[in-house]
Amino acid sequence: MASTIRVRATSKDDITEVQALIQHPMDSGFVKDSKGEIIPPHFIQKLTFELDGKTVFAADWGGGISKDPYIKFSFKGGKKGDELKVSWSDNKGASDQTTAKIG
Amino acid sequence: MMTLRAAIRFGFSALALAALAVSLPALAADKIDPVADAKAFKKFFYEKFPKLKPEDFVNGPYSMDEGLHKQWVEKEEFPPYEFAVDLGKEMFTKPFKNGKTYEDCFPNKGIGIRQNYPLFDEKQGKVVTLELALNQCREANGEAPYNYVRDEMAALTAYMAFTSRGKPMDIKIPDDPRALEAYQMGKEYFYTRRGQLNFACSTCHVQSPGERVRTEVLAPALGIMNAMPIYRSEWNSMGTTSRRFVTCNSQTRGVPLTPQDDEYRNVEYYLSYVANGLPISGPGARP
Amino acid sequence: MSMHRIVLTALFLLAGTAVALAASEADYKAAYAAADAANKEAGALRNQWTTTASMLAASKKAADAGDFDKAVDAAREAEELAKASIYQAKSEKELWKDMEIR
Repeated sequence: MASTIRVRATSKDDITEVQALIQHPMDSGFVKDSKGEIIPPHFIQKLTFELDGKTVFAADWGGGISKDPYIKFSFKGGKKGDELKVSWSDNKGASDQTTAKIG
Repeated sequence: MMTLRAAIRFGFSALALAALAVSLPALAADKIDPVADAKAFKKFFYEKFPKLKPEDFVNGPYSMDEGLHKQWVEKEEFPPYEFAVDLGKEMFTKPFKNGKTYEDCFPNKGIGIRQNYPLFDEKQGKVVTLELALNQCREANGEAPYNYVRDEMAALTAYMAFTSRGKPMDIKIPDDPRALEAYQMGKEYFYTRRGQLNFACSTCHVQSPGERVRTEVLAPALGIMNAMPIYRSEWNSMGTTSRRFVTCNSQTRGVPLTPQDDEYRNVEYYLSYVANGLPISGPGARP
Repeated sequence: MSMHRIVLTALFLLAGTAVALAASEADYKAAYAAADAANKEAGALRNQWTTTASMLAASKKAADAGDFDKAVDAAREAEELAKASIYQAKSEKELWKDMEIR
């Protein structure tokens, strides 16, 4: 299975802009399936972006975030060629991570 | 009450009859002319949206105004259909139980051929859409067909569209009266009002593209097939051409037909033919 | 008061009582069958309406609950809707041409 994370980061004038798309069902636990049974909650709880071991962005997520979430932010610092590490973990204990070179 | 309604109905039919009588001479002279149809169809949309280039139409509502166009540019940087394309690619080359793959069912191993579908299959005597061809491929290899409105079918067609991006739509109507009839039936379906709301496909997609239905901006009919399949934010998932037709029908309070019924395949044939020459933009993303 | 008027009043009264009589299961079955037949005809024309189906379902539900008045009403509504969809399908056989881009 390919990575669940797509990330693209570009640096310009000391500012790095990051975009990421994560494949995840993000079930809130309040939705029923076609048989009328509750779809159990299954969502990302923690999402982190790190540069050189330092967290540049962290999010505590819950069931209110949409399926296959997309995120965009920018931070000061980072230069071309630096490695950005992205990781998430969900309420069922699953996790994934990837690294992307800043372009 | 009943008599009043009957009277109204009678009045309508009388009107319809009168209209029929008037249009009869014209009707007799009518012959099915797809080339002229496509020309008139394109002219209508080019004149309705003089600022748009022909290839803009394949991006539907995202070409309708500046703000939406900006959204589209951003969305294309990180398109929501990417996962479907990857899944489709994986599925496409994975062997069936008998060792064959989808590649064996299509010319050029299925790469870059989306623009030729739907085609009229003279052996089967009917229009064959890409979705139908994929399921026929599965069945020929002893696999159960996929549901036409579900994710697997959308992933396969997304991948095939992706490998054909930018190629001009190239639908052929062979010299076969059955092909011409299928085309004509598709056209009739497109302009026929149905459902309690009395909407034809053309009510939204010819008369009102660019206008809003609630929060949705309606797409122009020209090039609407070029973007299929689509990821719709409204659905939170990918949707096939079949899914689009079925949803359109039920939104007008009409009971949808079964996916890939004659009517649906024919209307896809018609709509794709009149968009000949416009590039494939699928898989698309829509609000 | 003329004789005429008395007869008329009596007639109205009679009509009133007739309407007030509760619908029976047989009434429901007849009304439902008529609506269902019309809806099938619309189906043959490939033009059923979702609202017809809902009304038929509502009629059946009311009948199952023993409310035949409501069941007959819903069935009649379904029949009207089905007939309108038939009318639509038939008239559109020619009218679609008015919409065509030429």
